[in-house]
Amino acid sequence: MSQPDLAANSADLTMPAVKAHKHDCAVIDELKMRFGDTAFTEQSSSDAIPTLWVGRGILLDVLRFVKTGINRPYRMLYDLFAIDERLRNHRDGQPSADFTVVYHLLSFDRNSDLRLKVALEGEYPSLPSCVGIWQSASWCEREAWDMFGITFEGHPHLRRLLMPSTWIGHPLRKEHPARATESGPFQLPDEKQDAEQEALLFRPEDWGMKRVSESSDFMFLNLGPQHPGTHGVLRVILQLDGEEIVDCVPEIGFHHRGAEKMGERQSWHSFIPYTDRIDYLGGVMNNLPYVMAVEQLAGIEVPERAEVIRIMMCELFRIASHLVWYGTFAQDIGVLSPVFYTFNDRERIFDIVRAVCGGRMHPSWFRIGGVAHDLPAGWDKMVLDFVQHLPPRILEWDKMVMRNRLFKARTVGVGAYTLEEAIDWGVTGPGLRACGLDWDFRKQRPYSGYDRFDFDIPVASNGDAYDRGAIRIAEMLQSIRIIEQCARNMPAGSYKSDHPLTTPPLKERTMYDIETLINHFLGVSWGPVIPPGESFYGIEATKGNNGYYLISDGGTMAYRLHIRTPSFRHMQMLPLMARGRTVADVLAILGSIDFVLADIDR
Amino acid sequence: MYSALYQLLYSTLETLLNIPFWLFGSHVPHWLVFIHVSLILGGVCMMGFITVLALFSVWAERKVSAYMQARLGPMEVGKYHGWLQTAADAIKLLLKEDIVPAGSDKFLFLAAPVLVFSGSMISYVVIPFGPHLKIADLDLGVFYILATSALVVVGVIAAGWSSYNKWSIYGGMRAASQYISYEIPTALHLLPAVLMAGSLNMSQIADSQAYYLGDPSQPFYKDFSILNWAVWPWINPFATVSFILYFIASLAETQRTPFDLAESESELVAGSHTEYSGIRWSFFFLAEYADMFVVSALGTVLFLGGWHGLPLIPPVLEFLLKALFLMFVMMWLRWTLPRLRVDQLTYVCWKVLLPFGFVTILGSGLWQLYLVRTPAGWVAGTVLMAVLLLAMSRIWKSEPVPRDGEMTAAAASA
Repeated sequence: MSQPDLAANSADLTMPAVKAHKHDCAVIDELKMRFGDTAFTEQSSSDAIPTLWVGRGILLDVLRFVKTGINRPYRMLYDLFAIDERLRNHRDGQPSADFTVVYHLLSFDRNSDLRLKVALEGEYPSLPSCVGIWQSASWCEREAWDMFGITFEGHPHLRRLLMPSTWIGHPLRKEHPARATESGPFQLPDEKQDAEQEALLFRPEDWGMKRVSESSDFMFLNLGPQHPGTHGVLRVILQLDGEEIVDCVPEIGFHHRGAEKMGERQSWHSFIPYTDRIDYLGGVMNNLPYVMAVEQLAGIEVPERAEVIRIMMCELFRIASHLVWYGTFAQDIGVLSPVFYTFNDRERIFDIVRAVCGGRMHPSWFRIGGVAHDLPAGWDKMVLDFVQHLPPRILEWDKMVMRNRLFKARTVGVGAYTLEEAIDWGVTGPGLRACGLDWDFRKQRPYSGYDRFDFDIPVASNGDAYDRGAIRIAEMLQSIRIIEQCARNMPAGSYKSDHPLTTPPLKERTMYDIETLINHFLGVSWGPVIPPGESFYGIEATKGNNGYYLISDGGTMAYRLHIRTPSFRHMQMLPLMARGRTVADVLAILGSIDFVLADIDR
Repeated sequence: MYSALYQLLYSTLETLLNIPFWLFGSHVPHWLVFIHVSLILGGVCMMGFITVLALFSVWAERKVSAYMQARLGPMEVGKYHGWLQTAADAIKLLLKEDIVPAGSDKFLFLAAPVLVFSGSMISYVVIPFGPHLKIADLDLGVFYILATSALVVVGVIAAGWSSYNKWSIYGGMRAASQYISYEIPTALHLLPAVLMAGSLNMSQIADSQAYYLGDPSQPFYKDFSILNWAVWPWINPFATVSFILYFIASLAETQRTPFDLAESESELVAGSHTEYSGIRWSFFFLAEYADMFVVSALGTVLFLGGWHGLPLIPPVLEFLLKALFLMFVMMWLRWTLPRLRVDQLTYVCWKVLLPFGFVTILGSGLWQLYLVRTPAGWVAGTVLMAVLLLAMSRIWKSEPVPRDGEMTAAAASA
């Protein structure tokens, strides 16, 4: 790796930024040509993603058609989730439904999304499973079943995913209590305890695994939930033949805290700190898709200075997250020292974050309509010092880790997947770029004014653990470039929008006119009332694409808040990467996919 | 002054050993003398030495790792750079509750740490710390060390098996296969030095590398034989290769990075001693550091001239310095290198170390016959050494798929 030419940075902040990505709406006509005009109901949404309601009967045909039949197909199932529609008031123009299942598809050829919705009637509805079309749908459908009680017919393994197997009810249904005080006192009688204990017993059959093959008895090994190599409470059940992994099943949900349910009980403003804790290494990077989705819904224009401050803080956190990854990845392979070097330099980032935001890991610093404060005096010197400091350090670690022969022997060719597999399983971020696809939201769908910055997207070709790592390291150097451009070209102006829904609103004029005072009072005491609608915003977060799908029913809280996290999809791929390899490789693979348990479980 | 100190140590030991004779005169029973000598020398001295050594090297390891990792390491206990930290830790370990997991094979579980520790402790019997400071002067010294270190395997398997824990048994099995397969290259790479000395007796091997300037019949002579160590290529280039490869193999023998698969903490939690705690765990720990010293001492005696070579340093100190230096290199590697995978571990053993073992034995035999200590040998040795190193690096490079070009190009274009 050579050091990028940091002098060749030219952010042109005079150029107007791209405000919203234009999705390709031609697909609506293509679909209507194929399935008839009456098959679909169109719906508008504030994110401009073409949204169609599909009949339950032709769902699988439509999905198959857009994945394989259509020109420039939608090859990635970007997201799949459900909505409980029973208490929703503002559903203008939408077919009647008790529940809705949403398929969010992504086409790389069109650089465009497509949202398909299926209306379902009844208390516990069902619809056909699309696991046969996208394998990555498996966990999403299990989650929808777990959370809403929607049955997916034909799903091979429709069991609870995030909640414990003994859980009663489906938490994201509107009738399910959201707080402990609503659910009555907790009791653990003997028979319940016995049943809980019984449910903890390991039966391979429950996980779709056999105990014996023709030639050998398999050994089952629990990697986690308490294990030094799993970076958190993750359990991977390994089915072993000697050291060789026959199959493995990741069990998730230990870190599930019901963030989506909490979103329905928190004001638009007070949910921001919860987002920090989704990808807890990403800090304010998590705030960004959320506040941008809200701003999109409310029609708030963010001032230029706030955008550039946001980008700068996000890129600092991208580096901070990658530094944690670098150290722990090396440690998983057995190089025990780099973790101290990277954490040291992460502390330097936190020095800056502390000066700017007042917090460290979870500053919760972005606000609807801008950021919490203006930058402090002297921030630019801190940032520019750091920009000077880091690149030589990264190149030094490169000698110790990435160029080490033993390290290469452990990572090159390990846990490789092809580009087709990556797309099919919904991989985004460095894991996708390691397969050779030059896909980064910051370039493809510039948000927050990224198009005005000068940086490159590193791409590798082999899709193995080594390449995934190399991408992240190259990315850190690119982030440094962006940060330097931010620091050198920081525009003047306000750090917060003057839109009335900005929360908390600018205070300058509160004591001068009654409208501002009332808006301020309501915005601070109730929280902002966001106009009804639906909105999705996805960004290139530290680990892949992180996105928030918000439904406002015209209240002070989200009616439904869905979080699309990258790690969820990446972890689902683990068996594909690990089969036929050794236990040691599993740790290398886990290290290389750079997941965060909270990002998986939410 | 050094010789005075040495005399003092020697006479103290002599006094201790004479206690039965003072008590019983010349009619002292043989069994009493035997027990007394083995208790004093074998028990108290060796136990004391190993404990102090382990305490020191654990502290040193923590300091070495700390300085490599931009930290300070222990700084509080004992005021001066935390030098009493490991002593405090040892006291803590002694006071911890002794836990035997339910479902374990209790007898084996309790016996395993003792087996492991005694396996490494009895190796100290033949280590010559100085010209006269050794417990037993066995003619089969090298062979004896190889044999006793194999006892460790039994303990490790016993620990893994009896713990009733899948991680333990994985660690135990890995360790067993690793110990057993690496016994072979370790032994093979010691043979060139044995060939050169013509003896398996540790003291004789060390003496064979001495080159006296003074009168060797004097008890505390000092020699200047640094250029005469078996390790130098101008003496025998095959022995140089052997020393390097012996050192690598000995890393595997002592379960040190990059061969610490048996207790790789990110994979197997703690390997065969996952279920151990307190004093029993500390036995494994003690054994690890005791083992490190044994293999370092073996390397020192066979290749680095034992206590011969450095001027102006008393022999015992010189010996300790060399052995501790090798231990330092082991620590250095531990905090630098990644860990190998199981298949790569066996690959290195059977396809790299073993073939080179045969080559070096044959080569050094022929060298001893025709070229040793001739001017032609001096020149040829240096040249051959360079050739061999080149060949080694080529073999290392042909190891699983190194592909510098592609990714670095991609990253550079970024």
